[in-house]
Amino acid sequence: MNKKSLLWSVISLLVLASLLLSACGAPAATEVPAATEAPAATEAPAATEAPAATEAPVATGPSCGADSVVLKASFETGFDIPFKLAEEFTKQFPNVTWDISQDQFANLINSTPLVLASDNAPDLLRLPTMVSFAKDGLLMNLDPYATAFGWNDWPVPQLNQNRIDADGVRGSGTLYAMGLNYSLTGVFYNKTLAAQIGMTEPPKTVAEFEDLLAKAKTAGLQPIMIWGSAKSGMGLAFPLQNLMAAYGPVGPINDWIFQKAGATIDTPENLIAAQHLEQWIKNGYFPADVNAIEYTDAAARFGKGEGVFTFNGDWQNAGYDKDLPGSIGFFLMPPAEAGGGYAAMSAPLTFGIAANAKNPDCAAFFLNWVATNTEARKIDVAIGGSNPGGPSDATMPEVSAGSVTSETLAAGPVMGADGGAMDFIANATSSIFAQGWTPELQKMVSGQQDAAGLLKAVQAEYELEIAQQ
Amino acid sequence: MMTVDNRPAALPVSRQTQLNTLARREAFVGWLFVLPALLIYAVFVLLPFLLTIVYSFFKWNGTGPMTWVGLKNYVTVFQAPNLIGTIFNAFWLVVWFSFIPVGLGLVVASVINRVASGRFGEIVRTVLFLPQVIALVAAGIIWGWLFSLSGLVNEILKFIGLGEITRAWLGDFDWALSAVGIIGIWVLLGFCTVLLSTGISKIDPALYESARIDGASWLTEFLTITVPLLKQEISVCLTVTVIAALAAFDIVYVATAGGPGNSTAVPGLQVYILAFTQRAVGLASALAVILMFLVIIVLIPIQRLSRVESAQ
Repeated sequence: MNKKSLLWSVISLLVLASLLLSACGAPAATEVPAATEAPAATEAPAATEAPAATEAPVATGPSCGADSVVLKASFETGFDIPFKLAEEFTKQFPNVTWDISQDQFANLINSTPLVLASDNAPDLLRLPTMVSFAKDGLLMNLDPYATAFGWNDWPVPQLNQNRIDADGVRGSGTLYAMGLNYSLTGVFYNKTLAAQIGMTEPPKTVAEFEDLLAKAKTAGLQPIMIWGSAKSGMGLAFPLQNLMAAYGPVGPINDWIFQKAGATIDTPENLIAAQHLEQWIKNGYFPADVNAIEYTDAAARFGKGEGVFTFNGDWQNAGYDKDLPGSIGFFLMPPAEAGGGYAAMSAPLTFGIAANAKNPDCAAFFLNWVATNTEARKIDVAIGGSNPGGPSDATMPEVSAGSVTSETLAAGPVMGADGGAMDFIANATSSIFAQGWTPELQKMVSGQQDAAGLLKAVQAEYELEIAQQ
Repeated sequence: MMTVDNRPAALPVSRQTQLNTLARREAFVGWLFVLPALLIYAVFVLLPFLLTIVYSFFKWNGTGPMTWVGLKNYVTVFQAPNLIGTIFNAFWLVVWFSFIPVGLGLVVASVINRVASGRFGEIVRTVLFLPQVIALVAAGIIWGWLFSLSGLVNEILKFIGLGEITRAWLGDFDWALSAVGIIGIWVLLGFCTVLLSTGISKIDPALYESARIDGASWLTEFLTITVPLLKQEISVCLTVTVIAALAAFDIVYVATAGGPGNSTAVPGLQVYILAFTQRAVGLASALAVILMFLVIIVLIPIQRLSRVESAQ
């Protein structure tokens, strides 16, 4: 019996070992090509696909053709724009139908690399981040389409955030994505409460704004409503970056976000900005429980009249117009000195095409259609509340006067004219928000971190994360 | 005749070989039964386990090329204060997730056994066990409301005259981890109570009767009969709850996501953020391996406790 059980355990071990080996073999097989192809792949799309793609436009221009096409797409749950646009697109081009999968943004961050690397990659997809995907050769090079459709003639900032150079630095180089629209951030205010503190027009300098905040505090109102729970990410990054752009130039901030070599967030100008924020915290301008407030709670509380001001983006317009119709206003964060340039975070709603997409021409045609078709632009503004971008001479869809959207759309060109468009400091690396800004700003709220320490800690985390890439 | 003579001698031999083949076939069939489970276990437990160890020696973003970095990921874990600090948080959670639920569970189980063994005891057990079947994400949202600045917890505190200590509990550096711990008690108390009261029901009632005849109080009964005879169940409870504390993820994720300022960050949460948000799969794997060894080191004494008892 002993011998027998020994025999069986030997056999079972062998079976197990072979199972493990074969199982190990499978992932290894998928890894190896990735490892060996990746360097080639980053070159390959440019080298091999570009001619193919450029040939097509020369002949007839990339389009969806006349045969039936099923566009495979991956969208973000909770944002209606791409779904409505897809619907309208099929109405105009009945040969195109959609196979759409959707997921939450946080899940997209986790699943997109695997989806892109699969054989069944989507033609069109919402990109939660893009640099590492582009580096790994998972995204289609859109330069040939840019040439074919004339995208390069559109206002420069629209495309720059989606360009990545050979070193993986964003801001210039190869185009890997397009924006369905371009969001704008700034200060929203409750007109009724603002009138109570004597605000007749938006402040023109930071000092004027701080004066209004002090008045609101004295009047017993909540000066600023904002979120700060780690579950949503720290909202104080919004006013902080606005202050940074008020006290310093936009260029170095974008360099840092785009990971240019040697870029640092720990600059003298940013220190002044952070010190202002620290003072706002000490003055009690933010809710006492800000570290526990989630994004949706903050939006809801502001919509119920708690807070004279809030920092947010135009994606929230529809919600504000529903909560307090006609009584929410918007202004761009004012500059430090009167007459200074205006700056704001303005990010494209980024969509890309998978490197091994089956219908890249049709997907690119869709991206061009979104920015240039009158009906698509109407949907973009009505549902998203954001600027649809596109050529500089494209007509802007009309919005109802007095809505927040009319104010954010009017503010866009002001910021654009000053060249003040920035990406968000939370997007510099994929987890700088979760591991850097959020915990350090939360510490600042509770008095455990000062302005200088905040910038140093975030810079250290930034360098640590870049070393891990 | 020869064949007849031979038969008695031949029979045992053939029977033995028959038995042998029978046993072998039985064992083979047995393995066939085990095989599906074994396959699933190998593919979904053993393989990821081994791969995690392998990944921990590489720098890898999950899709791109893998680079061998040796022990560098382990060095990074011990150097980054954000990562090593999470391990201390996990040990503080052991108090809330393990010691308190097991201690309270013992008391509740023995009280149920003594005063309410009938239907009322059933109801108490069921109510305490309910958190185990409620979706934790939903529970996390409700606990978020309870602990918020205008939530029920603060309202009660104000009502009993403790208005001064009200705060946003899950957003407070000093209290968030303990608040998460209280959610942990809520989740795990029912599990411990049910397991321990099942254990108590197996204890010979004659022991309690004779103790009562001798005039033993509830406390004496508890300390001299219930606790010593429940050591096996207690060690199971401790094992499960200590793992729940050290490898905590879900409760923390739905309650605070590690905030404020990493004050509730635990290794499980950091592994998730590193692997899937930051895409530093190697570093995440290194932290996961360290976490595993930590759990094993803590569990060895608990396991030994139960083994010594069963040997006796």
